[in-house]
Amino acid sequence: MSTSAYALRDSATMMRRDIRHSLRYPILSVSGLMVPVFLLLLFVGVFGNTLRAGLGTATPAGGHYIDYLAPGILVMTAGASAAATAVNVCIDMNEGIIARFRTMAITRTSVLTGQVLGSLTRTLISGALVVAVALGLGFRPTATPLQWVAAVGVFALLTLALTWLTIAIGLQAKTPAGANGLSLIPQFLPFISSAFVPTASMPAGVRWVAENQPFTPIINTLRGLLTGTPIGNSAILAVAWCVGLMAVGYVWSRFRYNRYVIRSA
Amino acid sequence: MNPVTTRPAVRVTGLRKAFGDKVVLDGIDLEIAEGTVFALLGPNGAGKTTTVQILSTLIRADAGDIHVAGFDVNREPQAVRDAIGFTGQFSAVDFLLSGRENLLLMADLHHLDRRTGRRRVDELLERFDLVDAAGQMVLKYSGGMRRRLDLAMTLIGDPQIIFLDEPTTGLDPRSRHTMWQITRELVAGGVTVLLTTQNLDEADDLAGRIGVLDQGRLVATGTPDELKRRIPGSRVRLHFGEPGALSAAARVLGHDSVHQDSPSHDSLVLDVPTDGTPQSLKRLLDRLDEQALNVESVTVQTPDLDDVFFALTGTPHAAPGVSA
Repeated sequence: MSTSAYALRDSATMMRRDIRHSLRYPILSVSGLMVPVFLLLLFVGVFGNTLRAGLGTATPAGGHYIDYLAPGILVMTAGASAAATAVNVCIDMNEGIIARFRTMAITRTSVLTGQVLGSLTRTLISGALVVAVALGLGFRPTATPLQWVAAVGVFALLTLALTWLTIAIGLQAKTPAGANGLSLIPQFLPFISSAFVPTASMPAGVRWVAENQPFTPIINTLRGLLTGTPIGNSAILAVAWCVGLMAVGYVWSRFRYNRYVIRSA
Repeated sequence: MNPVTTRPAVRVTGLRKAFGDKVVLDGIDLEIAEGTVFALLGPNGAGKTTTVQILSTLIRADAGDIHVAGFDVNREPQAVRDAIGFTGQFSAVDFLLSGRENLLLMADLHHLDRRTGRRRVDELLERFDLVDAAGQMVLKYSGGMRRRLDLAMTLIGDPQIIFLDEPTTGLDPRSRHTMWQITRELVAGGVTVLLTTQNLDEADDLAGRIGVLDQGRLVATGTPDELKRRIPGSRVRLHFGEPGALSAAARVLGHDSVHQDSPSHDSLVLDVPTDGTPQSLKRLLDRLDEQALNVESVTVQTPDLDDVFFALTGTPHAAPGVSA
């Protein structure tokens, strides 16, 4: 087998390990799912009517607040899931088995790519479950099959970007609690975005932040694909942000992994 | 000393490593012949684990020429990794997987095909007495089972050189003997083993050569016998009931005795060097008996790590937390 075939095989092996962990110890994945589902219920069931009244023309064609909200919650699902990955990585890196991996002639980054692929799998499942819950609450997407494929693609790209970033955070943090704290950033940033209300309704300073942070174009793209609202240049911005963040996360992760000092020693 | 006829499995010259201001390894020279067991003996903090971590490519040395299996650890780390197996002080196993899954993970990472992998895994489960526990999560394993699994995982890749970092620390005597037995079998099969230990008996029992590490320096290297000649022999420890008897005995035995001024013994203890034979013990007790000196109890102390250190470095080194 060639080097790249070995790299693929090692990454697949590491992904299987990561997924086995999720199945053995599902609490982290489940808690990552609870936040978006809770927000969905809260914003649709409790604040929904008022928010819808305030949205005016920003409401998608169907006219229900959940049609506006669901894409934003989907993005928060990726954020919550990525936060779980940070904790996961931080715990895992303290395990003796990582020291063993480092002494083996395996593809160096396969430990990290395995985590990324495992996280991607978990997040796609979480995303599907959140969509299912949203559908149950009255979410009526208008997407064509091709638009669905594009939406899944954007969601997966976002997940990859966030996961590489949170893996770096997990490697950087000294304790799982620290990893959790740092990963609150991607979890809370969507609150100041177009996830819940249009940025145009925000006070000037906040609005500037909301309009120039990565989650807004990503949410607008997903919303456009799923419910037919205008996308404009959001798609290009969304892809650019994702690729940029992914590159930063990847380089940062590799750097941390390579200079990693065994903590348990 | 026998000349080394084969290529050394490990060759180290001038190894240095510091963590910040703290010098951990201060110029180590080391050569380990193929197919032998070398024990690095030393207390906590002597630099044993750091040495193993450098040799197994986990961390980089600050300076030194380090070859493992003929490869430079800095320039050809993957070639080194291909030749070695590593069993860390803290179990290098995956606690959330079962024993079998751990071994299959190793088989996959060594790129064995499925059938060969499964066969190797079954063999190793059998050999390490883990068949019954194969399906259990490692989290539920005892310390001894974890170490056995740890070593079994190391062996999946048929390594030429195995690093065992304190393989028996914290194990019960039975598990310890199992580990020793397995190590002997490995060496009989031509594998080179570098093990670290705080336990002189272990080094004595297993190793062809021992390196005594103290504060980042190899203070002595040699066969167990060579080292033992440098260690003071056994001594008889006399415990007294009251200070009067102690001072009387000290007068009688004169220069032969050493008053152990240690708070844990209430200072009512005298040490007398002995060659360990029943005759010498009898002579000593007879002498005390002639003077009608009342000794409460007698224990025979064999040389331990403290003695080695006392002899080699002139400073007594307690090895905390060791119940060897």
